[in-house]
Amino acid sequence: MVREDSGELDAETKDVQRPPRAVVGSHRVEEEMFGRAFDKNIVRRIWAFVQPYRMKIYIAVVAVLIFTGSQLVIPLIIRYAIDNGVTPGGLDRTPLLVAAGAFLLAILVNYAASYTQESVVGKVAENVLFDIRRAMFGHLQRVSLSFMDKTEVGRLMSRLQGDVNSMQEFLETSVLAVGDIALLFGIVFVMLWLDFRLGLLTLAVLPILFIVRIFWLPRARKAFMAAHETNSVANGALAEAIHGVRAIQSMDRQQVNFTLYDDKAQANLKTHLTAARYAQIMVPIVDGLTGLAMAVVIVVGGSMVMNGRLDVGVMVAFLFYIQRFFDPIRSLTLQYSVMQRAMASGKRLTDVLDVRIDITDKPDAKVLSPDTDGSVEFRNVTFGYHPDQPVLKDISFRVNPGETVALVGPTGSGKSSAMALVHRFYDVQRGKVLVGGHDVRDLTQESLGRQVAMVLQEPFLFTGTVFENIRYHKLDASREEVIEAAKAVGAHDFIMSLAGGYDAELGERGGNLSLGQRQLISFARALVADSKILVLDEATANIDSYTEMLIQKALVKLLEGRTGLVIAHRLATIRGADRIIVLQAGRIAETGSHDELMARGGLYSRLYNLNYASFDDIPESELEASLQGGSQT
Amino acid sequence: MGRRRKSAPVPRSIWKRSLSSQVNTSTAKHQNSFVHVEAAEWGRGLSTLARITRMNLRHPWQVTFAIGSTIIAASLQLTIPQLLGRAVDQTQTALGGGAAGAAAEGALWTSALLLLLVSTLRGLFTMCQNYFAESVGHHIGYELRLACYEKIQRLSFSFHDQVHSGDLITIGMLDLEGVRMYFSTALVRSVLLTMLIGIGAYTLISTDPVLGLVALSFVPFVAWRSSVTRLRLRATWLELQERLSVLSRVMEENLGGIRVVRAFAAQAYEMLKFDGASKRALELAHRRVGIRVRNTSAMTFSFFLAMGLVLLVGGNKVNAGDISVGTLATFLTFMTILQMPVRQIGLMVNAFARASTCGSRLFGLLDRDVEIEDAPEAKPLVMDRGTLRFENVSFAYPGSQERPALKNISFEAHKGQTIGIVGPPGSGKSTIAHLIPRFYDVTGGSITLDGHDIRDVTLASLRKAVAVVQQDAFLFTTTIENNIAYGDPWAKEQRIERASESAQLHNYVLGLPSGYDTVVGERGVSLSGGQRQRLTIARTMMLRPSVIVFDDSTAAIDAATEQRIRAATRRFAKERVTIIIAHRLSSLMDADQILFIENGEIVERGTHEELLAMEGRYKALYDLQVRPGDEMLTEAGGGR
Repeated sequence: MVREDSGELDAETKDVQRPPRAVVGSHRVEEEMFGRAFDKNIVRRIWAFVQPYRMKIYIAVVAVLIFTGSQLVIPLIIRYAIDNGVTPGGLDRTPLLVAAGAFLLAILVNYAASYTQESVVGKVAENVLFDIRRAMFGHLQRVSLSFMDKTEVGRLMSRLQGDVNSMQEFLETSVLAVGDIALLFGIVFVMLWLDFRLGLLTLAVLPILFIVRIFWLPRARKAFMAAHETNSVANGALAEAIHGVRAIQSMDRQQVNFTLYDDKAQANLKTHLTAARYAQIMVPIVDGLTGLAMAVVIVVGGSMVMNGRLDVGVMVAFLFYIQRFFDPIRSLTLQYSVMQRAMASGKRLTDVLDVRIDITDKPDAKVLSPDTDGSVEFRNVTFGYHPDQPVLKDISFRVNPGETVALVGPTGSGKSSAMALVHRFYDVQRGKVLVGGHDVRDLTQESLGRQVAMVLQEPFLFTGTVFENIRYHKLDASREEVIEAAKAVGAHDFIMSLAGGYDAELGERGGNLSLGQRQLISFARALVADSKILVLDEATANIDSYTEMLIQKALVKLLEGRTGLVIAHRLATIRGADRIIVLQAGRIAETGSHDELMARGGLYSRLYNLNYASFDDIPESELEASLQGGSQT
Repeated sequence: MGRRRKSAPVPRSIWKRSLSSQVNTSTAKHQNSFVHVEAAEWGRGLSTLARITRMNLRHPWQVTFAIGSTIIAASLQLTIPQLLGRAVDQTQTALGGGAAGAAAEGALWTSALLLLLVSTLRGLFTMCQNYFAESVGHHIGYELRLACYEKIQRLSFSFHDQVHSGDLITIGMLDLEGVRMYFSTALVRSVLLTMLIGIGAYTLISTDPVLGLVALSFVPFVAWRSSVTRLRLRATWLELQERLSVLSRVMEENLGGIRVVRAFAAQAYEMLKFDGASKRALELAHRRVGIRVRNTSAMTFSFFLAMGLVLLVGGNKVNAGDISVGTLATFLTFMTILQMPVRQIGLMVNAFARASTCGSRLFGLLDRDVEIEDAPEAKPLVMDRGTLRFENVSFAYPGSQERPALKNISFEAHKGQTIGIVGPPGSGKSTIAHLIPRFYDVTGGSITLDGHDIRDVTLASLRKAVAVVQQDAFLFTTTIENNIAYGDPWAKEQRIERASESAQLHNYVLGLPSGYDTVVGERGVSLSGGQRQRLTIARTMMLRPSVIVFDDSTAAIDAATEQRIRAATRRFAKERVTIIIAHRLSSLMDADQILFIENGEIVERGTHEELLAMEGRYKALYDLQVRPGDEMLTEAGGGR
């Protein structure tokens, strides 16, 4: 702990403005915003989502081409009108009327094409976007829980929202890009066709633009990225201040944070100004080149007109084309960065879609009938989250129909894992888990889930009414059934005291209810599900004693007539069980009723005699003594 | 234990000084102390725009440059069609040959050079216009960012209780953006459009009234459609955002509660919920596409229609000898130049609408009064005796005055003493904790520290003296070390480790691969409830408060570890007043005085032994907790 800072101090005092440890909104750049502009694999994956709409896409592309064509034709009609229909003092009005007719036709086609193209592309892009999101969401419903445990909800949400949205932008612009490219080539073609030499001469300004861009692009892109980056840093810091405001105020960090935030806001300002400079510097260059091209047409074209080698109309048409010429080039460069962003997002999307699904129904999986006897059996089960670190080691036990078994043991002994296996959240490594006499791997997950109800330690409620939460996915449950279940678990009274009773809207995650109340609602939910087997992880958190009593009573009700597998923490629960299985370091240490185990004088009786209200309260030191040097948790 | 340290600590005195000078200025000015954001003395709507405009005008030079450049650029752009028309005419004249032709050939060169010059200059001035406009916007964005941040940090708990954090984020990010963009997308653009359309129309009509009117015939239609469409798109956009947020909520709850979903095999039901929300959003998204497309196509069509008419009418006029071919070309070019700005009228109207709604929300936040602030004469609190007194304290949360959360609470505690507070949920225990550091102000009675009413001392000094270990505290996304030192970023490493040791966190941290440099919080390693609480305890100990309140902050820590924390902090507790709020009686049995709170009132008080002897509520609770057995179930029936 000795720090050799005495010498460094002088050098460091330059930086006196900042306290050494203070940071606000430490933003980590892990989500790279810009990737390669084109990645074949990702485009292929995205194309799979576009595939169902491909007829529409083809129609859109055709419409884009027609649209571009009609735009190219309009100056040609003007040229025709000027050359043939418009001569000072001319008398023949037919060419002018022809031109006007052609013009009307062209703009009608233009109207129809642009309408078709934009509405088809717009709607398909929205559809694809929602399809991708649905595919990802559906996939996340099936990936293994260990993936979900490891991945934060916030990160998944940013995939489902931000990344999906940037795909939409990409889809819309990519069809427009087809139009831009077509327009560019169309203009080049028409100019060369109208007059090859003048066309070539006009196009000669293009290389200048490309050379300028070669120097400009990398620097500009860096500036844009920096601006983007500082933006998300500043926003991240703001979000932190909002979420952490109570902590900040209670530790009186406002002043320090404000100064630190000022740094980030200043950096944001600076990078944005730099980015603006880079963006704007191209404006005079493009405008100057446009002027140059027009000057060339006037001087060269003019002299060609005088030599009789060119019609005035062609010259006018050229001037029109030049004004339109730089638009597609400009928007194509914009689309380049959209492409880059889309590829990066596409990568992250496919990463989610590629998460392996470990647990699937067998092709010939059986449906677990509701008439199952509800027995649960573990036969020589070995299981671990990592193959080389088994959490359960060769466990065998059987829970008879209607019996309640309490799983007891210190933290890390494998109780929760055993419970998860009954529901086939994970697959065993060796041995088998049988429910109703069937290996869980031979059953459909859906039917297994209907017969195995689970109550988790942390009750989770959804936004919606109390009624909807108790009924949950059992949509055919009547209101009476729901009320009856609530009465059975003792939740009816407090529900009725809420404004709106069963139709009371719960706040975000039931935030307006206490933990104990949420627990009772989750009990009622399990009761409505009415499955043969109940797996319950008792809450460890301290609930006030009155609610605690309600919960104990509800538990008795809940287990009535069901096979129960309870991870028990409270002694009252443990003693109420028919049988107790004591787990220790992934093995069964002993099993029997409370009295039997007490008589045996083993681990259970020693833990019990320590006089703690819950096994989880037992201090490690005493626990270790009881385990007699057994593996520590 | 020699951890590497990248930067040596900074002498804290220097920093403190600069900090305290800031404190002074901020307390002196009170409202919007850091940034000038203009006062809101006018009504709403237009006045919001006026206020944003005034903010813009606080950058007079940049505004002048931006608007000046806009006017010049627009004027230059308007000369281009005339130059082109002139060139076409010159060509025609040159075609006639002779002396006039030769002169015209020379004139062509002049036209060409002029055109090049004008184009380049226009580009340069457009660049200045855009750059200065953006610059004004970004400067205002910067000021507003700071103002927002500062305000959000200072607004009291009662404000944050009422306002959803998501709404604040929307204000601070999206609304701010709407206000920032006001100058470039609304103001500057309106100058530009007025110039282009006004001068353009004038030039055309004065050249040839009939042809001019024909050429401009599309302008009113497009201006109207584009404004209506933009506003409608905006309305549907807001609705779409709402539907999308329902969709996100469905997804977020599903992912957060994935274990429940799996436990009930409810994936199919969840997909149904998702599809429902998704369909509603998609419908609206399609409707938006429809609105947009119908209008852009119609606008383009009307433009081309006008162009066709110009060609027909103008062609006839040329034939009749009324105008030259060059003039016709001028008209046609003018129309192409006018097309964009006319379409942009919608964008401009939208920008005004957006700035107005965003601005009123943003200023609504910035104008919000901070309820709890230093009194004008507030003095820093100096605590030496260390006495905390509640005198007949009553408190009601804003909005529920008829149901006071606390009634007539009185107690006293001295340095070295511990007060335990226990009671059923919702009885007002946490409220007591929140009143001492003035997270809320009492509505009756008073709280004093060493005889000073806490409302008469500065907030900063009060919160230095009083620290609350929150129940579910927020961890910052940074290293464990920085989290512990959050309230005292200058702290010596040894002190951080000592606090961590006392909170029984040290051994756990050492077991992590990066030790104290491990990043925790939203995007870091996730800690268990107990670890979070221990970290919170360590971080609060770093503050060296005179009064420390544990607000049910050990619920997720097992009883044994809690006892070890108590033992380790005994010396720490000797120099301060400790208040322990807990459900678990073992946490507060040793307190010098225990208060049993029910419905906001103290119903029993005394030491553990005294309370047990009282045979009241405390005793009942004790019996329930310390030896729960079969009796409990039977008792439950006849309980309270």
